[in-house]
Amino acid sequence: MGGNVIQVVCVKRVPDTETRVKVASDGRNLDPAGVTWVLNPYDEFAVEQALRVREKLGAGEVIVISMGAAGVQTTLRNALAMGADRAIHLRHEGVAPDSLEVARALEAAIRPLAPALVWLGKQAVDDDAAQVGPMLATLLDLPCVSVVASFELSGDAATLEREIEGGREVIEVRLPALLTTDKGLNEPRYASLKGIMAAKRKPIEEFAVTPGAPNIEVTALTLPPPRSAGRRVGEGAAAVPELVRLLREEARVI
Amino acid sequence: MSILVFIEQRDGNVRSVTRELLGEATRLASSVGGPVTGVCAAAADPGLAQLGEAGAARVLLACHERFAFYDGEGYAMAVEAAVRDVHPKVVLFAASAMGRDLAPRVAARLGVGLASDCTQVGVEDGALTASRPVFAGKALQRVRFPKAPALLSLRPKVFAAVSIAGATAAVEPLAVAMAGPARARVTRVAAVAGGRLDLTESEIIVSGGRGLKGPEHFALIEELAGALGATVGASRAVVDAGWRPHHDQVGQTGKTVSPKLYVAIGISGAIQHLAGMSSSKCIVAINKDPDAPIFKVADYGLVGDLFEVVPALTAAVRKLNAQT
Ligand SMILES: Cc1cc2nc3c(=O)[nH]c(=O)nc-3n(C[C@H](O)[C@H](O)[C@H](O)COP(=O)(O)OP(=O)(O)OC[C@H]3O[C@@H](n4cnc5c(N)ncnc54)[C@H](O)[C@@H]3O)c2cc1C
Ligand SMILES: Nc1ncnc2c1ncn2[C@@H]1O[C@H](COP(=O)(O)O)[C@@H](O)[C@H]1O
Repeated sequence: MGGNVIQVVCVKRVPDTETRVKVASDGRNLDPAGVTWVLNPYDEFAVEQALRVREKLGAGEVIVISMGAAGVQTTLRNALAMGADRAIHLRHEGVAPDSLEVARALEAAIRPLAPALVWLGKQAVDDDAAQVGPMLATLLDLPCVSVVASFELSGDAATLEREIEGGREVIEVRLPALLTTDKGLNEPRYASLKGIMAAKRKPIEEFAVTPGAPNIEVTALTLPPPRSAGRRVGEGAAAVPELVRLLREEARVI
Repeated sequence: MSILVFIEQRDGNVRSVTRELLGEATRLASSVGGPVTGVCAAAADPGLAQLGEAGAARVLLACHERFAFYDGEGYAMAVEAAVRDVHPKVVLFAASAMGRDLAPRVAARLGVGLASDCTQVGVEDGALTASRPVFAGKALQRVRFPKAPALLSLRPKVFAAVSIAGATAAVEPLAVAMAGPARARVTRVAAVAGGRLDLTESEIIVSGGRGLKGPEHFALIEELAGALGATVGASRAVVDAGWRPHHDQVGQTGKTVSPKLYVAIGISGAIQHLAGMSSSKCIVAINKDPDAPIFKVADYGLVGDLFEVVPALTAAVRKLNAQT
């Protein structure tokens, strides 16, 4: 591969994984009050891998793109601080649309860029949908490998591995392609102070988007009944016989 | 009206999660309407007629040499062809490695929504509804399907299979037009050492955390797991330390598991770990710190030094095994 290789990374702004979930007054969404927002952890692997490919090729451009309200600009700046070159903000206020509408908006923005690689996280840790990647690949008509745990680029082809139950699939794909990243693919870098300063001057293009009618309708968000703390069986090895008895006679699991 | 179920096979064997899907499809058929039809993509018939016993009236089989391994694009074409053929109201996939990749592709092809990783499915006022954990299990989202067909993937180990003695499914060919080799081509599957069961498919899991002090002490966990017929899991702390491989990790950035028994040993119970295992049916915690958060979710808590408790527990389970 040569020339100006374009890579696009789709990133989402999500609540920090420590967030205590509170239900908003509409009964259907997260109450955003007091939430700390972060770059979706899986998307960090995606940004990192795109940067590594650019570094290996010694050329090219990494464009990060995010759909959401004004706040996603902070998330985009995080990715720019890691080293991405420029950003696109698909502005949409209000409740996030479903995965297919997100994929459609991303498709419209990404298609004209003709990227060699499109990267996403395997899943956003808020909706836990794991849908946007394979949907977007289908809309862009790109070959797709999801949940990538290892990536090796040679020329205009790549060898990848993805974890399946009891094994790993080894996959070959020709670029352009769309990949979604799993934990373990790499160790994402921290933004350096220099990177943070540089990110302030990098361009963020903004477009307003209007999603179509919903494909999935959320009717309620509820908190699961708290798992009641069970019983203290006892202390030390002396309590083992009682534990075994309970597992056998009460819980009937062994 | 009917229900379509994606029949998952690997290496010519129908995967057991398929029977869970067919079980739920059979229950749904009584309110949504049947029949239950399967669709399978494979290089050769993996014995689909037998799925009659699991609840399938008919199975459409798309046979192609490309389907010797999983082929996302080709499989999606096959499922789409089946949807166009049977006009189902509902299409079920497993929320497995394969189903999680395949279902969104099919949704995008059909232009409909998908509810992934559902733990409950029902019918309310004549409309299909589903519940799915979000925020790593910290909340449950309830959804409806404004478009048809409704696509759902179901979490493994949550839905029960059925057994209809003596029934057989009618197997019919399904034509799928594909030119050339797959664009993303699986060249081989490397088995995980020991050919052990995947965590998401295990009935019993014994997980170890940083309390084990070092990778060498995981032998204690492995021995207990051996006695219980369990699979070994781990916290992220020990995976990040390199004591255990990534595929052992349970939690928000690892695997979500729902075994019938989960034993957490030397694991503090951080919110991200709980996210992956709190839907287990029975949880046992062994920890020397009586205030460890893991005790807040454990059905049975044992406070103590794991280096004493775990060998004693292993011995007790072995003794039990010898008696029965
Ligand atoms: C974005 C994000 C994602 C994450 N994802 C995950 C995830 O998927 N899975 C996950 O597990 N974590 C995850 N974490 C990490 C999580 O926050 C915790 O750091 C981690 O779970 C701690 O692992 P641990 O319980 O093994 O270690 P510790 O928290 O150090 O706990 C060790 C426990 O062992 C006990 N102990 C020590 N010695 C003994 C002894 N001799 N006998 C008995 N008990 C003993 C201690 O009392 C303590 O409770 C994530 C964190 C973040 C920020
Ligand atoms: N609003 C969004 N903007 C940009 N990328 C997104 C958005 N939502 C999801 N993605 C990408 O799609 C991946 C999977 O998200 P999901 O299907 O929601 O679990 C994420 O890891 C992101 O890479």
